[in-house]
Amino acid sequence: MPQEASQREAYGRTLVELGRSSPDIVVLDADLCKSTMTGMFAAEFPGRAFDVGIAEQNMVGVAAGMAASGKVPFASTFAVFLPGRCFDQVRMAVAQPRLNVKLVVTHGGISVGEDGPSHQAIEDLSLACSLPGFTVIAPADAVETVQAVKAAAAQTGPFYIRLGRPKLPVVCPEDYQFKVGKAALMRRGNDATIIASGIMVAGALEAADLLAKENIGCRVLNMATLKPIDESAVISAAEETGAIVTAEEHLEHGGLGSIVARVLVKNLPVPMELISMDDRYGQSGKPAELLQRYGLTAKDIAQAVRTVIKRKH
Amino acid sequence: MPSSDTSKSASAGIVKAGAFSSADKSGSPSLEEMKELARHLRRHIVTIIGKAGSGHPGGSLSAVEILSTLYFKVMCHNPAEPRWPDRDRFILSKGHAAPALYAVLAECGYFPIAELETLRKIDSRLQGHADRNATPGVEMSAGSLGQGLSFGIGVALAGRLSAKDYHVYVMLGDGECDEGQVWEAAMAAAHYKLDSITAIVDNNGLQIDGCNCDVMNLEPLPEKWRAFDWHVIETDGHDFTQLLNAFTAAKKIKGQPSVIIAHTIKGKGVSFMENNVDFHGKAPTAAEVEKALKELA
Repeated sequence: MPQEASQREAYGRTLVELGRSSPDIVVLDADLCKSTMTGMFAAEFPGRAFDVGIAEQNMVGVAAGMAASGKVPFASTFAVFLPGRCFDQVRMAVAQPRLNVKLVVTHGGISVGEDGPSHQAIEDLSLACSLPGFTVIAPADAVETVQAVKAAAAQTGPFYIRLGRPKLPVVCPEDYQFKVGKAALMRRGNDATIIASGIMVAGALEAADLLAKENIGCRVLNMATLKPIDESAVISAAEETGAIVTAEEHLEHGGLGSIVARVLVKNLPVPMELISMDDRYGQSGKPAELLQRYGLTAKDIAQAVRTVIKRKH
Repeated sequence: MPSSDTSKSASAGIVKAGAFSSADKSGSPSLEEMKELARHLRRHIVTIIGKAGSGHPGGSLSAVEILSTLYFKVMCHNPAEPRWPDRDRFILSKGHAAPALYAVLAECGYFPIAELETLRKIDSRLQGHADRNATPGVEMSAGSLGQGLSFGIGVALAGRLSAKDYHVYVMLGDGECDEGQVWEAAMAAAHYKLDSITAIVDNNGLQIDGCNCDVMNLEPLPEKWRAFDWHVIETDGHDFTQLLNAFTAAKKIKGQPSVIIAHTIKGKGVSFMENNVDFHGKAPTAAEVEKALKELA
């Protein structure tokens, strides 16, 4: 078993590091700073941390005003509340004026677990990707989280970064270098490509291992940046492997699968299978039970690869 | 003074605050000049909304004295450098009053007065609702109500962190106070003791669907703000002297934000638009523009 690490803890730690080198970094939260772990920043920089209470709409507006005044605000809460609870504020105060606001959300997807469907964000990436000018990232593990947060701080413009609740297997190597808008090649192969994001990257690698035993060579791409999508990596995968499976912890509508499909139809349509939450809500349960129940395991991804290969000409 | 007068701009181009005094050497306009300015602003508003064929005359006309007092008597700002870091900020939360703001900004010299007639036209810098990236001098993109006070809090907190002493003015509509976010922000501004914020409620009593009292009763509005720990000042929103006194008094309050509830008349200055809810979001016809301009001659 690979080592596991918390994306949230990585986020909190990175904020502290950024705060030490940049006095313009400010952090906002909406009464969840213990869960989002922005509390680590608040502990070291109390004057630059603002817990606005249970008021996500106000939080986004305050962040926008700070960005308009030269600060670099990181605003955090659960992925169900941001952008869902305050979509209009994100649209009007951040996206349209293209302000330099970093929205970093935790507890994405059904791996939230026992809290149930009210707390399982499976629409958030679609909403975030719908906003012109936004960069949208779902890091695969704690290592990538650190780098994605630093990249967001270094680049001007609105960002949406989605993190998970549970500790996740560390899948990125020590010398990993995250680049905004670039897919990372995690495994070489020419029979099919699995394109995954977030928690599903670990499942994709496990699926590739299963398939290797059947002499099926799977390319695995970690597509952490959903917007702007790495079109050339998708097109190369289609050209060179002829079949694609996407895997995401999100509804089929508007997520990674939809985005990849859009790239393919415009460039090089090839057989494709989509592993996702389809068009339904989750329920309470242990994260692993839920991933199994809703078809988001390595076995499900491997089966989709076998199916898509059969559809190749 | 109206239209092309830029004498108020010092060599640095910075517009400074000033009282209504005949002995005023700052170049700050007199009460008579302000009344004349208001008349010109109203003529601009009616003309450009008429030309655009759509827009919101009622809530633009009600805000004329508030806006002109801020930009010509109260705020320190620089039309030659709209994003001057030390400027006082005006945030128009009721974004549909953009024509009034555009008229004031043009009179200040942020852009040519002739450009006002491009309002709502394709490729214009003057969008239908206030747009931060389109128009010099506009601080916040608005149009979806209820968001300005939150933005103002962010601006004020950033100023506090950067040890700037600029003041932040946020204008809301009374109907806008139906929005829950306004009260989230009201709570937060008081919590952070943001005495660098002065909110102004353009209290004209009407919203699109009718009288506030019938659509969604706001009263007792001053008590609501007081309950949220704001310092409340009520004033006649069309009386320059009262407005200036209110802004001066608000800035002296320390340790809490202030709100000026400015009692205004929707459509003020044009007889057939005054207190007429139909002119909330309807442009005057060419004949109506002509009639209005005669009244404002």
